[in-house]
Amino acid sequence: MEAAMKAKAANPFAIEQQSPLSRFVLGLADDALVLSHRLSQWCSKAPYLEEDIALSNVALDYIGRARMFYQYAAEIEGKGRNEDDLAYLRDERQYTNLLIHELPKGDFAFTMVRQFLVDVFYNMYLEKLVSSTDLTVAAVAAKAVKETRYHLKRSELWITQLSQGTDESRQRILRALDELKDFTGELFEVLDWEAQLVKTGVAVDRSILQAPWDAHVQKLLAASAIDYQDSKLQIRGGRNGIHTEHLGQMLCEMQYLQRSYPKMNW
Amino acid sequence: MQQEKLAVYEVFIRSNRGLDHKHVGSLHAQSPEQAIMYARDCYIRRSEGVSIWVVESTNITASDESDIESFVDPMDDKPYRHATHYVLPDNVRSM
Repeated sequence: MEAAMKAKAANPFAIEQQSPLSRFVLGLADDALVLSHRLSQWCSKAPYLEEDIALSNVALDYIGRARMFYQYAAEIEGKGRNEDDLAYLRDERQYTNLLIHELPKGDFAFTMVRQFLVDVFYNMYLEKLVSSTDLTVAAVAAKAVKETRYHLKRSELWITQLSQGTDESRQRILRALDELKDFTGELFEVLDWEAQLVKTGVAVDRSILQAPWDAHVQKLLAASAIDYQDSKLQIRGGRNGIHTEHLGQMLCEMQYLQRSYPKMNW
Repeated sequence: MQQEKLAVYEVFIRSNRGLDHKHVGSLHAQSPEQAIMYARDCYIRRSEGVSIWVVESTNITASDESDIESFVDPMDDKPYRHATHYVLPDNVRSM
């Protein structure tokens, strides 16, 4: 036990050893990469060709966002790791994405409901992050906020169409909402180290976004006669590297090539 | 989602301000709004355009292939319908 703790303290890459800014940027990068991977799993499997292209485009937007944050994270860390090392050579416990991003893609309704819930969040969050006192973070946010407005238009249309479609499509939307609502609370939870960054204007106080987020989500769903209430049970831990069982499996697949053939390029 | 339930839309893109919208292709969608979004993803993701029109294909009335003879052929022996048929008098400097 003691040896294990020593090893942990000695590991310069352990998340507890990172500066608040480093953790902050890495967390945003992980959010984007993990969601991008989940979306990319639809590539060639979406309901029809046009949606396949559109959904893959959203995945590409997120991977672009992830790259910008990883590059910056690597720069802040200054320990010689590059964006690829951060994406492909970190284990599950070093990943700090919020849990909602890592849940398996599920059926199409699940993917779109998750997308809708995070799109509403990102529209509000990035809008504020644009004014970050950290100019690099602000610049990435300024690029991402435009993309995310479009993502929201798309996901809102799908939620409405599926909710008002057939019995089956509506049931699938309701089931997805039920599964996802235990994971939305974490979006609005400010961690201690993050609070320091909120004070200096680098980070955004996510807790104040909960009320407008609730209002937006409830209003859109109410138009399809769905009553949405936040769940009292909230599963959390992502920013501390505590994940659902799904992330490890996803990373196995995503990191396989770099782990098996280190430094491989194509 | 069954493809048969989707409508086909024709997509027109204006590549620059001041130019005409040009037909670029067609796609499937469930509504005009969705068709616009798909057109954005399929046709202008590399900044190919500044404006998109979509029209449901069934709203287009097209000429019939078999009519084309009676539509076009009679024009072939009437060269005087082309401006190039006429010799420009020397006195006309610019036209």
